[in-house]
Amino acid sequence: MPETLLDVRGLVIEATSYPPGEPPKDVTLVHGVSFTLEKGKVLGLIGESGAGKSTIGLSSMAYGRGGVRITGGEVWLNGRDILKGGAGGLRALRGKEVTYVAQSAAAAFNPAKPLMEQVIETTLARGMMGRAEAEARAVDLFRQLGLPNPETIGKRFPHQVSGGQLQRVMTAMALCPKPDLVIFDEPTTALDVTTQIDVLAAIKRAIHETGVGALYITHDLAVVAQVSDHIMVLRHGKTVEYGTCQQIIEAPQEDYTRALVSVRSIDHAEKNPDVAPVLSVQNVTARYKGTHFDVLKNVTVDLPPGQTLAIVGESGSGKSTLARVITGLLPAAQGRITFDGRDLSPDLSGRSRNDLRELQMIYQMADVAMNPRQTVETIIGRPLEFYFGLRGAEKRKRVQELLDQIEMGKGFADRYPAELSGGQKQRVCIARALAAKPKLIICDEVTSALDPLVADGILKLLLELQAQEGVAYLFITHDLATVRAIADRIAVMFKGKVQRYGPKSDVLAPPFDDYTDLLLSSVPEMKLGWLEQVLDHRKMEGAGN
Amino acid sequence: MTRLPLAALIGLVFTGAYFAAALLAPWIAPYGMAEIVGDSWEPSSSQFWLGTDSIGRDLMSRMIWGGRTTIFIATCATLLSFGMGSILGFFAAVKGGWVDQVLSRLVDLMMSIPSLISALVVLSVMPVTIPVLILVMGILDSTRVFRLARAVAVDIAVMDYVEAARLRGEKQGWIIFREILPNALSPLVAEMGLRFIFAVLFISTLSFLGLGVQPPMADWGGIVKENKEGIVYGIPAALIPAFAIATLAISVNLVADWVLNRTSSLKGGRGA
Repeated sequence: MPETLLDVRGLVIEATSYPPGEPPKDVTLVHGVSFTLEKGKVLGLIGESGAGKSTIGLSSMAYGRGGVRITGGEVWLNGRDILKGGAGGLRALRGKEVTYVAQSAAAAFNPAKPLMEQVIETTLARGMMGRAEAEARAVDLFRQLGLPNPETIGKRFPHQVSGGQLQRVMTAMALCPKPDLVIFDEPTTALDVTTQIDVLAAIKRAIHETGVGALYITHDLAVVAQVSDHIMVLRHGKTVEYGTCQQIIEAPQEDYTRALVSVRSIDHAEKNPDVAPVLSVQNVTARYKGTHFDVLKNVTVDLPPGQTLAIVGESGSGKSTLARVITGLLPAAQGRITFDGRDLSPDLSGRSRNDLRELQMIYQMADVAMNPRQTVETIIGRPLEFYFGLRGAEKRKRVQELLDQIEMGKGFADRYPAELSGGQKQRVCIARALAAKPKLIICDEVTSALDPLVADGILKLLLELQAQEGVAYLFITHDLATVRAIADRIAVMFKGKVQRYGPKSDVLAPPFDDYTDLLLSSVPEMKLGWLEQVLDHRKMEGAGN
Repeated sequence: MTRLPLAALIGLVFTGAYFAAALLAPWIAPYGMAEIVGDSWEPSSSQFWLGTDSIGRDLMSRMIWGGRTTIFIATCATLLSFGMGSILGFFAAVKGGWVDQVLSRLVDLMMSIPSLISALVVLSVMPVTIPVLILVMGILDSTRVFRLARAVAVDIAVMDYVEAARLRGEKQGWIIFREILPNALSPLVAEMGLRFIFAVLFISTLSFLGLGVQPPMADWGGIVKENKEGIVYGIPAALIPAFAIATLAISVNLVADWVLNRTSSLKGGRGA
């Protein structure tokens, strides 16, 4: 009979929130959640932001982050209720029986100490092994996790290894004290897809080989399907559905789970490319002031009016820089940009008010793209006033029309951004861009900070608005699922160059170049065994070469 | 509107009382400012509530008239320093480049000389009148405000909403006053409470050294100066202005804290 490692019963977690300028109030974050985890198994906790998944994960080492209190329920680990252990009991537990892998490895390491010191620190502090033994174990783990130069990588400092490697080192740190349970809190969310797949494979192998039990927290169902045995879907601090991985993916029972499984299935027919482009970027090269490194090298792309050009690439590929060059925030060193048939001044200060009006931008973080001290009416109304001289009742009427267009309706005009949800904020930003009646909107990772279902809604809205207003989008993203959903043409960027460019149907069809192939095959798919399939395929190809 | 917190209430009452006394001095002071009404250093009595000073003037009246001068100068100097310091600070942050360099280095230069010394040098060659005092104090203090305003604004100027305003083609004025100022207000208000008190101390110090408000006009620093010999004989006259400065400092900052709390709400002060 399988041995139960972790048994959580009726967990209730509360916190006190302190909105500035208002009286504090108590909120319940988790409402009576129960689950069990057997030794050596992996349970995936999945949900959107605010679902309580991290809070539940941390509670299994009896920890509440930032004023969070565990007010009800029991957490049994190895046959003990750890909530009753007191501080001494917890000290014996944490870092020995339970360890934790955080989302941002870069923020979790001390930049002043070499990696090895940090990996074996807990093990030594707990007196579980001697230094030599601990180091030998760490090197073993480095090898298991597929890190390059396992013997010597421990001598390096955190800034000397890549983000994906650092995440694997942190996994080694968590596994070093031979814990029974490891909590993985979004370990691959901050990584590029091509890196994510390696880290995912390494974590899966390490879990398997060390026989540790794990809680795997993420918002990406496709990722969790690759590593877990069971999955628990959470929403608003409650369990929506709890079952085996196979059941959740292949036969979801609840509507919400079904929506999560089928997310990003928007069908978008490609438009005819043979029209004179509204935006044409020709041989653009750009570098940042004071550097000699070209961030963009000879980039040429065209965008027909009323269509969508997706710029895809990993972080550092130069895709956001391209947006800065087009908007004039970073004047191009060479090359030329034409907009609606006329030459566009490379520098922002040389552009006419009409140029500025016709080229609008929407940002990734809607939170910081709106002035928190202005009401929605001021935010959307300003472009109306600025470009069209609308005032008073006329302006208010137009603001309401725009709010209706972004499906928000009445009652929002007097609100401040802090009174809106993440999806609503992004909608207001869209309305602000739309208010200028632009010909082109640059969308810089507009859905990356949003939960999948909300992101879906935003993409649908953008497509609808394109059909209504005939506006063109330059859509910058690292997410290929989004690209499939919205693009008419695609430019794949790699190290500042356009690697592959053309209509969507051409770019996404074989034969691929090596990089595009790597990028496309790294996007997690919502099916079991996808990870193994891809890795086997790559191994075979590697052997063939 | 939520109920006023106790601390803010206390602060408001005291600050209000001081400012009211300053405004209404001609009506509430029992005697004239420079009127000799008794012997020197008489103890407090029903006739002279706080006693008399070194040459027999009523100390209560001197305190009220002195408070009027001190608070007036400090308020004007603070407003001047905030007006100048914050606008120049925002301007430097928004412009960047050589404008920022020139302004910042100029401020560094001014700050490298202790402000009391530069004030003494300037006031020893200039006629010591109230407008000159306000100007000197305001300009010297604006360097501190400049530093704070620039530091706060540099962080705000890189936010996406400021970039969005630039891309829209907004002028510097809109960016400074509509995008940056409302978001920089909280730290500036907090600093204003502190700066006002420093201004009170500064004018008092100048008067004590004889380069501030000139006799026979009263101000709190001057009252300390005139009565300092009395301390040796156990006469508390010189301590009364000190007490007034301390209570004013605390109450003004209680009010500033409350204003800060109210302005830092991002929901327009409405409850959630």
